[in-house]
Amino acid sequence: MSGGNGSGARYSWGADEHLFVEVSEEMSLPASFKAMAIVRALRDRRPEGVLDICPANAAYQVRFDPDALAPGDLEALLRELEAEVGDAHGFKLDTKIVEIPVLYDDPWTNETLQQFRDRHQDPEATDLEYAARINGFPDKAAFIEAHAASPWLASMVGFVAGLPFLYQLVPRERQLEVPKYVRPRTDTPKQTVGHGGCFGCIYSVRGAGGYQMFGITPSPIYDPTQQLPDFADFVCFFEPGDIVKFEPIDRDRYDELKAEADAGRGSIRRRSVTFDFDAFSADSDAYNARLLEVLRGD
Amino acid sequence: MAIEVVKPGLSTTVQDLGREGYYHVGVPPSGALDQFSLVAANLLVGNEPDAAGLEAAFLGPELRFTEAATVAVCGADIEPRVNGDAQAPWTSFAVADGDLLGFGHVRAGARLYIAVSGGIDVPEKLGSRSTYGLGALGGLDGRPLQAGDELALGPAADGAAAGRSVPEALRPALPKELEVRVVMGLYDHLLTEDGRRTFADTTWTLTPVADRVGFRYRGEKLEMLEREQPFGAGSDPSNIVDAPYPIGSIQVPGGVEPIILHRDAVSGGGYAMIATVISADMDTVAQSAPGARTRFVAVDLEAALAARRERGERLRRLRGELA
Repeated sequence: MSGGNGSGARYSWGADEHLFVEVSEEMSLPASFKAMAIVRALRDRRPEGVLDICPANAAYQVRFDPDALAPGDLEALLRELEAEVGDAHGFKLDTKIVEIPVLYDDPWTNETLQQFRDRHQDPEATDLEYAARINGFPDKAAFIEAHAASPWLASMVGFVAGLPFLYQLVPRERQLEVPKYVRPRTDTPKQTVGHGGCFGCIYSVRGAGGYQMFGITPSPIYDPTQQLPDFADFVCFFEPGDIVKFEPIDRDRYDELKAEADAGRGSIRRRSVTFDFDAFSADSDAYNARLLEVLRGD
Repeated sequence: MAIEVVKPGLSTTVQDLGREGYYHVGVPPSGALDQFSLVAANLLVGNEPDAAGLEAAFLGPELRFTEAATVAVCGADIEPRVNGDAQAPWTSFAVADGDLLGFGHVRAGARLYIAVSGGIDVPEKLGSRSTYGLGALGGLDGRPLQAGDELALGPAADGAAAGRSVPEALRPALPKELEVRVVMGLYDHLLTEDGRRTFADTTWTLTPVADRVGFRYRGEKLEMLEREQPFGAGSDPSNIVDAPYPIGSIQVPGGVEPIILHRDAVSGGGYAMIATVISADMDTVAQSAPGARTRFVAVDLEAALAARRERGERLRRLRGELA
């Protein structure tokens, strides 16, 4: 089964339990919002037999039980929703904006990156120095400033439980791009702030990884034991569609927040927000400034 | 406590039939990789089909019972032993307080399923008792069993009798050479004609990298189209903009060593998937041991649905036999 006409999405069966829909071959915010808009509409009309609805960057996937929902009916519904959503103009995403404190250039990711220098493009530099250089910044401080200045969209949550893939809400010419490691590491500290290709991420658990490492957050984003207040209702902090602002912190603040989290206290700053795709498209910097007012407002 | 873990085996986890509805945040379904065998073991001991049991890969554990129970072992071809005495597989048997359950060597297949009357009683997480290792979620503290662990049992149903057996005709074959049916699609258009042919014509060998997350195969290199990579995709021709991964999807990093994702799948990533194993053949994949020689046979969606109905019929017959 192949795509629709012209700029339409491409539909493909993942055998008898998945319908995979690629909205666009390349990553872009319009494609991501279109996927998000279709997924939200499907969630509202969720028919019997739908098991999971998974948006991911410029694609989404529906996992379903074909004994309860005929594949052809599902495909017809998704194509109908695609037509309704169009190019997502007028789409407003009810979501949350959150502030993630980050100790950039921290001792733990610096120690880890030294262990795996033989797997890196530039063994003589750190990940931050390398990223700053290839993105045309004079030094790592300037790169960190760009990384923390504008908010990011969680365009996918997954790989492992609760790991957000983040796409910065800036025009493409300002997107930070850094290739993944030449060969993946076998270790990454938990809560590392990373970057691969055009995507940022926060590692929810310790483990293998190939993204460049820029810093670490003291705030847990996944808690399978549900001890921390942010996780009283659910084990993952992030959902697709969340908006993230990184806030640089110093070592003292890091230690303070880490001690709080270790004691089972503290929570991530969050505010409800409605993201207006049209208003954002008209003037992204002005819109982002308003988003940050919502985040900072009490 | 009703069971004491004397030796844990290689990787033994608590699994039921899995959890649904959390894949969008990266929590996969988990649950028994060979669902048919867990259902069979549960029905033999009088449990509901979705009760939690133990899944052991390649090597059986040693378990000390501290109360009487009915036990059944299904899946891989292996000899269960109570205090050293051989028991029939695919057949329920009684254990008494103090008995030691051990195993011979796996003769065929890869994973055995141990059901105990009452089911393994660990707390439900997100609606299931299944262990999801990468996320340290569910099961016993979110991890495989260790020596010294203690497991509780739920209340046993009435009528959990010893001596009940799954008829031979309903037990799965455990061949070392097998065909796995797949539906082509997803990003298979990134293969050249030659690459598609190679995928279909190669007899793939399962490598030792075969766990609950995925099964990696060795064989030929698949030729992929040279193209200008789309924005956001990596630089290798097998890279795509990170996308959702179907359970059972087959990805080909670098065009070599296809990987089938199973029920502890990573939920998405940047490698092109070229096909998906049909749901009816996921149990078969689960029972593949390293070295298994595997052909991928392309079928269409209709054939996948027909195979699914056949499997459903086999499960109904199993329930009928063990009602």
